[in-house]
Amino acid sequence: MRVEGRGLIDRNTPVKFQFDGRQVTGYAGDTVASALLAKGVKLMGRSFKYHRPRGVMTAGSEEPNALMEIGTGDAAIPNTRATVQEIFDGLVAQSQNHIGPLDRDLMAINDLLWPFLGAGFYYKTFMWPRAFWEKLYEPVIRRAAGLGRMTRAASPERHEKAFAFCDVLVIGGGPAGMMAALTAAKGGADVILAEESAHLGGRLLSDSQQIDGIDASFWITDMRKALAATGRVRVMTRTTVTGAYDGGSYGALERVARHLPSMPDLPPECFWRIRAKQAILAAGAHERHIAFPMNDRPGIMLAGAVRSYLNRYGVAAGRNVTVFATNDDAHRTALELQSAGVKVAAVIDSRVDAQAQGDYRLIAGAQVIGTKGRHGLREIAYRRGSRTDTLITDCLAVSGGWNPAVHLTCHLGARPLWDAERQMFLPRPDAVPGMTAAGACNGAMSTDACLREGLAAAKVALKALGLATPRGLKPPMADDRAGACETLWHVPGKGRAWLDFANDVTTKDVAQSAQEGFRSVEHMKRYTTQGMAPDQGKSSNIAALAYLADTTGRGIAETGTTTYRPPFSPVSLGAMGAFAQGHGFAPERHMTSHAALTARGVPMIEAGLWYRPSYVPIPGETTWREACDREVGMVRNAVGVVEVSTLGKIDIQGPDAGAFLDFVYTNTFSTLPVGRVRYGLMLREDGHVMDDGTTARLGEHHYVMTTTTAAAGQVMAHLELVAQGLRPDFDVRLISVTEAWAQFSVAGPLARDLINTVLDQPIDDAGFPFMACGTVKVQGVPGRLFRISFSGEQAYEIAVPARFGAALYRDLVARAETMGGGAYGMEALNVLRIEKGFITHAEIHGRTTAYDIGMGRMLSPKKDFIGKAAAQRPGLIDPGRERLVGLQPVAAAGVLSAGARLFSAGDPQTRVHDQGYVTSVGYSPSLGHMIGLGFLRHGPERIGQKVVMVDHLRGLRVPVKVVDPVFFDPEGGRARG
Amino acid sequence: MAELIPTPPAQGLTPVSLPDVVLDAAPLIPIWSIAPYQGQADRVGALLETHLGLGFPAAGMTFSNGTVSIAWSGYEQAFLMGAAPDASLSAHAALTDQSDAWARLVLSGPLARTVLARLVPLDLSPAAFPVGAAARSMLGHMNMLITQPEAGVFTLMIYRSMTATAVHELSQVMAMVSARAAL
Repeated sequence: MRVEGRGLIDRNTPVKFQFDGRQVTGYAGDTVASALLAKGVKLMGRSFKYHRPRGVMTAGSEEPNALMEIGTGDAAIPNTRATVQEIFDGLVAQSQNHIGPLDRDLMAINDLLWPFLGAGFYYKTFMWPRAFWEKLYEPVIRRAAGLGRMTRAASPERHEKAFAFCDVLVIGGGPAGMMAALTAAKGGADVILAEESAHLGGRLLSDSQQIDGIDASFWITDMRKALAATGRVRVMTRTTVTGAYDGGSYGALERVARHLPSMPDLPPECFWRIRAKQAILAAGAHERHIAFPMNDRPGIMLAGAVRSYLNRYGVAAGRNVTVFATNDDAHRTALELQSAGVKVAAVIDSRVDAQAQGDYRLIAGAQVIGTKGRHGLREIAYRRGSRTDTLITDCLAVSGGWNPAVHLTCHLGARPLWDAERQMFLPRPDAVPGMTAAGACNGAMSTDACLREGLAAAKVALKALGLATPRGLKPPMADDRAGACETLWHVPGKGRAWLDFANDVTTKDVAQSAQEGFRSVEHMKRYTTQGMAPDQGKSSNIAALAYLADTTGRGIAETGTTTYRPPFSPVSLGAMGAFAQGHGFAPERHMTSHAALTARGVPMIEAGLWYRPSYVPIPGETTWREACDREVGMVRNAVGVVEVSTLGKIDIQGPDAGAFLDFVYTNTFSTLPVGRVRYGLMLREDGHVMDDGTTARLGEHHYVMTTTTAAAGQVMAHLELVAQGLRPDFDVRLISVTEAWAQFSVAGPLARDLINTVLDQPIDDAGFPFMACGTVKVQGVPGRLFRISFSGEQAYEIAVPARFGAALYRDLVARAETMGGGAYGMEALNVLRIEKGFITHAEIHGRTTAYDIGMGRMLSPKKDFIGKAAAQRPGLIDPGRERLVGLQPVAAAGVLSAGARLFSAGDPQTRVHDQGYVTSVGYSPSLGHMIGLGFLRHGPERIGQKVVMVDHLRGLRVPVKVVDPVFFDPEGGRARG
Repeated sequence: MAELIPTPPAQGLTPVSLPDVVLDAAPLIPIWSIAPYQGQADRVGALLETHLGLGFPAAGMTFSNGTVSIAWSGYEQAFLMGAAPDASLSAHAALTDQSDAWARLVLSGPLARTVLARLVPLDLSPAAFPVGAAARSMLGHMNMLITQPEAGVFTLMIYRSMTATAVHELSQVMAMVSARAAL
């Protein structure tokens, strides 16, 4: 029911939305909950376990009942709090957790079975027959329980993620927060003021109050202007600070466009990471419910929420309202409803000495002991002394006092402190370094105290920042009465008394938990699921632990709280992972030949972040094998071109460059002549192989190292560690030049002929022998040439500045094609290197040693190097280790499989008889059968023997012959020719 | 003999223009890394001063003489941009040609900082990152050297191979930020 003259809604702007298929009209500024309440809709959802009819209980993010699915299709979001979701034209909201219509939920049968469905019932009930659990019980329970539905496809929404920095982060835009923000800004601090709702003001928007003798709304307007005038305050509304983390980091979720129809490019949410030198927590307080019998009916709400709906949204929560309170503060509810023309049936106050604050019926010293009304409250029963009586009412506004919102102060592990006098948990001072609590979250329950604490907290922050407090800033005159309050957690009586409305946890469940030995608050939580729903127990935790304390005969302080962890309110994974969907997951690195390859429709494969050609098909080829076989033949018989820029290139310069390389490589580089290249092997400190590659000496103090594509970053980091940490005595400088050069391998018997067509000065074998390097001019561009081979053929790597890469690649490929050659890809490259027994990270996978790969002799005895001592441990040079061998099927048509295991002929093919494994395989068109590399116990000693290759996964059992790992041109004459 | 045609890193990808923010590619210029050998930093600074009127920058700094600038680029390392270093420096510092290793993207306009706040985990406010500052940081998941040659104009240097991803991510965020600004 709307009330004239109240609320911040815009009555000139009607807004139409859908709830459960019906069109509802509200006003701009309404939430789904306020718009529905205005239309008299009280039933908004069903409870988790018993499927009880539920209505809205609060007016904020702590709402346990009115959880809805918002949106349609794959963009639908379950468990959205109707109290937070603002309405807009076209919004689609649906109630959750029912089968059939909301008011005739078939699952409500559960409510009749409640005596059997207490906490932990399924642990005890569904124990046999055992097989039924997975097939029957679990699916049925899952279907019956739970809140909301998951969409199956990925959400089409694209959120945003952002960073922000400030001197002072003020969390909460109520009176304390605004006062703190203004004071901090006037003192010279840059401030972020984060407010969860759409407007600054906090409780001032919900309660009729005066500040400096005038209506508080004027003060809020003045404050907004004053904050803007400082030029130092960034006000972030619809922004919930969700977590406090180390070093002054805070997470916050901004609902950027959740209150608007979907618009292209506009992110619905933004997840902020805020770094603040100081923080002021002014998060307010959550009102306490009271656990009286049958306290969960639609129409039973918190008293403060009833005032919020009245003053913020111009909505009367009922036509005939009763207040049930333990404190003076809640009496305002009756006064304000009366002044708005709403009938107040009575105020039932548990305190015998309660005084009426106005002209309403006060029933002092009484407690509500029962309620009636299936889909909405109709009647309550109360007890006063020994007398019981009933009252006709459609809304019960309940207040058991207030719980300070201490959550963020606990995110770094601190527990709140129980204040026995005020009967509330308060933030532990210094719980979060640099954070000061102010206002209601710190136990200050009057507006006057909130304003003073806000100002004082800002002073603390300014002092910590080394800034002076601004002069002449005083808190305005405001209500300084917090009012008296009695604690009443629980009213005994017949019927269930709910603590956690979202998860259907009652006092009976907590009592049972204690009875069964789960007396610790953390055990009770897990046994009953109290506080584990989307609202995280904001309205129930304290009540539940107080009841547990009572049941177990301990004090509240002794019982303690459960752990409050981030996030304070739910954060969608889409917002946390913004920008990372699909290809946003990782950057793509493109080679200079990328455009030419993709234009040819070449399938690309990922190598680390790089994209490399898998194979380069020509018209008529239908399978990768056809292309691969042709490309291998092309390199063996003519010439092939492939870009190898992805390999890491590290420029190493300095007087100690040679000594440095001697220290990181197992073999010696200080003796390498200028203009020469050498293959090098690098070990980790533990003696296992880290990486391999070639290093060229370009000058007396100048080398360029090549790493594998996969390990480029790892090797760079390793070299930096050595240079900066292990051997700072070496005068050596390192920098990556991977990206600076476009480098192409030109391989095959015609490689030199092809290279000479692009070089300004042709080369010959004598002047540029195998393993030579030098500078060249490539069509007038200064470049580098290396005579190295990963295919076993005569081969060169030619490098030009990257800007010329695209042009040189197209040129080289076009020229190669006229010579019977062309471009090749990774599949062919792999076959070519397996034919030669060259290793990649398939072999040096982190668990193999130089000895295992047959390179034990590369460990120089003449010098020290990283990994030397560890590599000589007896276990690492045991001949019985799995060592590198070549493998070929006994039958020519036999199939090899990478990852398969090796067994001795006749042995059972089980784990304990395992003899080794296959690392790389390929079909060798040069040899006409499959070939492979692998590691076999006593490998090199078993050359000529037959073993069995077993791929348990693919069901392959293939007799294979152990051979030398070099299948093709073992003398190496082709590369030198 | 044919001539090799250069391909700039962001060819065909830039400019990306929205009402209050523009992403463009800076022209290819010489970029050289200068890493003084042990105890040579002062000498290198003096030589730079003599030849170009620039010093060797401290961490997080750049110097510029209008056409040539030098930006701190890492531990004991700086990038000279706009000219190749004088050969005399090679006795005192390791020099490498980095001209082709980097894509230099320029983001400008009133919303430039707002766009960068989505992708760069640094405080880029004028107080924390003034004109002339340089920092190694991240653009999304990509390593970056960021400088602010003039107020509100940011040069983002990222690996050449990642140019397409960088332009894509920046464009996407620019569209989001513009949509927000239009609210």
